Amino acid sequence: MIPILAQAATEGLQVTAGWYMGLAAVLFAIGSAGLLLRRNALVMFMSIELMLNSVNLTFVAADSGIGSLEGQISALFIMVVAAAEVTVGLAIIVAVFRKRATASVDDLAELSG
Amino acid sequence: MLIGLLLALPLAGFLTLLFFGKRIGEPGAGYLGSATVGLSFLLALISSFEFISGGENGRHIELFEWIPSLGLNAELLWDPLSAMMTLVVTGVGALIHIYSIGYMHGDPRFGRFFTYLNLFITSMLILVLGANFGVLFVGWELVGLSSYLLISFWFEKPSAAAAGKKAFVVNRIGDFGFLIALMLIFASFGTLDFTHIFEVLHDNAAFITTATATAITLLLLVGAAGKSAQLPLHVWLPDAMEGPTPVSALIHAATMVTAGVYMVARTGIFFELAPVSQAVVATVGALTALFAATIAIGQRDIKRVLAYSTISQLGYMFMGVGVLGLVAGVFHLVTHAFFKALLFLGAGSVIHAMGGEQDMAKMGGLRKKVPITFATMVVAWIAISGIPPLAGFWSKDEILAVVYGRGGGYMALWIIGIVTAGLTAFYMSRMMFLTFWGEPRWDEGVQPHESPINMTMPLAVLAGLSAVGGLINTPFKPTLEHFLEPAFEFVHQAHIPEGVTPWILAGISIGAGVLGVMYAYRRYVVNGTQLEEGGTWETLLNGYGVDDLYGKTIVAPGKALSEQLAFTADAKVVDGGVNGIGAVVKRLGSMLAPLQTGLARSYGVGILAGAIGLVVWLIVAGGAV
Repeated sequence: MIPILAQAATEGLQVTAGWYMGLAAVLFAIGSAGLLLRRNALVMFMSIELMLNSVNLTFVAADSGIGSLEGQISALFIMVVAAAEVTVGLAIIVAVFRKRATASVDDLAELSG
Repeated sequence: MLIGLLLALPLAGFLTLLFFGKRIGEPGAGYLGSATVGLSFLLALISSFEFISGGENGRHIELFEWIPSLGLNAELLWDPLSAMMTLVVTGVGALIHIYSIGYMHGDPRFGRFFTYLNLFITSMLILVLGANFGVLFVGWELVGLSSYLLISFWFEKPSAAAAGKKAFVVNRIGDFGFLIALMLIFASFGTLDFTHIFEVLHDNAAFITTATATAITLLLLVGAAGKSAQLPLHVWLPDAMEGPTPVSALIHAATMVTAGVYMVARTGIFFELAPVSQAVVATVGALTALFAATIAIGQRDIKRVLAYSTISQLGYMFMGVGVLGLVAGVFHLVTHAFFKALLFLGAGSVIHAMGGEQDMAKMGGLRKKVPITFATMVVAWIAISGIPPLAGFWSKDEILAVVYGRGGGYMALWIIGIVTAGLTAFYMSRMMFLTFWGEPRWDEGVQPHESPINMTMPLAVLAGLSAVGGLINTPFKPTLEHFLEPAFEFVHQAHIPEGVTPWILAGISIGAGVLGVMYAYRRYVVNGTQLEEGGTWETLLNGYGVDDLYGKTIVAPGKALSEQLAFTADAKVVDGGVNGIGAVVKRLGSMLAPLQTGLARSYGVGILAGAIGLVVWLIVAGGAV
């Protein structure tokens, strides 16, 4: 933090790509923690969305940093795929809930070796 | 054009009957089958006129390109030899087709029978008309197939099914030799075309070494022996009598079994270059002739007598072509086709009259009951016994005279031939006397009756041919020899001796024949001997136990080996290997299975740990291994 503060002191506060990266890393960490710690499938799902969007943020930020378009296109693709995945995933969760009256993934552990 | 058509006709008949045979039914299918073959015969007759004036060498008819990389084409050769064979095949074939309309009357698979017969005629025409070894081989295999289908025509009978299988398997042994011979020929000449090869050999006899020629000819002999039922591959022919009698007459007497003789005659120039092979072919022929003739004496089944007789007569033909008496061999082929087809058809007529009985022990005294059959069979009997002026005398004596003319060791073969001639007369007379003379020994309820006109008509025609057929090639007027000359122009053939010798030889062989007939007359008519039993007769009846011998030395070990392979090599080693791999994988799988806990969050930990690990690896090692 010290170099940033020093920079802010001399040049005024400028939001660079690095800031976005940092935010993305924080979001990703929150998402991963949610995925691993929560049992409710719906919440886990939300955590995954968080992780996906943190990656999107990384892509876009990195892109603006190096002046390319590929990352932005990737972000668009991820959004489309995420939208599709949400549809399917929510449908599964709803179907499971109707059948089992629970959304806890730890209760859905029949598929084991 | 005509040649293509004469081949296409039976083929068209076959295809029509194959798809519509059942719908056409009886007797339409028979008429259709007979008509196509009859028309083929007429076309062959018309096309043969060009050779009668002589000088014509024959011509090639290219049908289509077959295997361009080998330069092999589907090509027909119309020369005097193929013309002669075509005439016999279609002529005798047409008569037997007509006969079959009566003989197969009421059979539930009437249509299919004629389908197969037409297929056979087509195959045989391909065999004799082929202009190269490739086409010949295709015909060779196709006749084998037709033979198999027709022997096991009544496949509900286990014995018929087994006989068909036996014929096929034994023929495969011969085909194996034939195929290797073809490869050797192709390797030596780079082509399989008859005319080309023969011209090369004619221009330069040293083109192949004597050793190569001997190898080729001996392998060809293996093929010929299989197809023509010569020692030691003769065992399938007697069993082939399980087929309907017209089949025995057409395929297993008149045409297919002579394919081996035709092939040796066709490739005569190879044999000319290989004196050892000549001796082997002639010896095999002579031994087969004698061996089969002795077995024929002991048979009880009327058809089996004729089957062994056929083997024996084929032995004569091999003797003839073996000593390079190609014309003599082909001549005997032709006359034999007449009188042996007649004998078989006559036997069929007798069997028909007796309501399916084939055992001579239950015949006797049939002279009056089936007069036409009897009269025609008498002609064939005299013909095969070698009594002049009927057909068999001329052809058989030409062969014997040529063999005698070669001198040296061939004299022994001549003696065998004379002995066989006497035996032939004896066993044929035995068959005739037991069937037609003496007191009736019929089963109760059997009412012998003469066969219908469509069966007796072919008998009469064949009787005519058996009577005068020999006159096509007498020492006084060798018409056939002149006719066939262009086909054998490259071969230095052996001829009958000059001067008075042939007359003495003929006298001796007539004497042997007459002696055989007279002894049989004394034994079976005057003394009234019935069918003999026990002792030596048992041995003869079983054909010297060759079948048992093959069963013990070849079939049984083969079966044991197969069993070992199936139940040890396959079930234990191969299956064991496959199952072993499966078991190992299964074990590994069950060791790894606990990793799948079913807890989604534990997978999440794994994925995250892996991702972190990757990142660490990228940072630390820069992605290098």
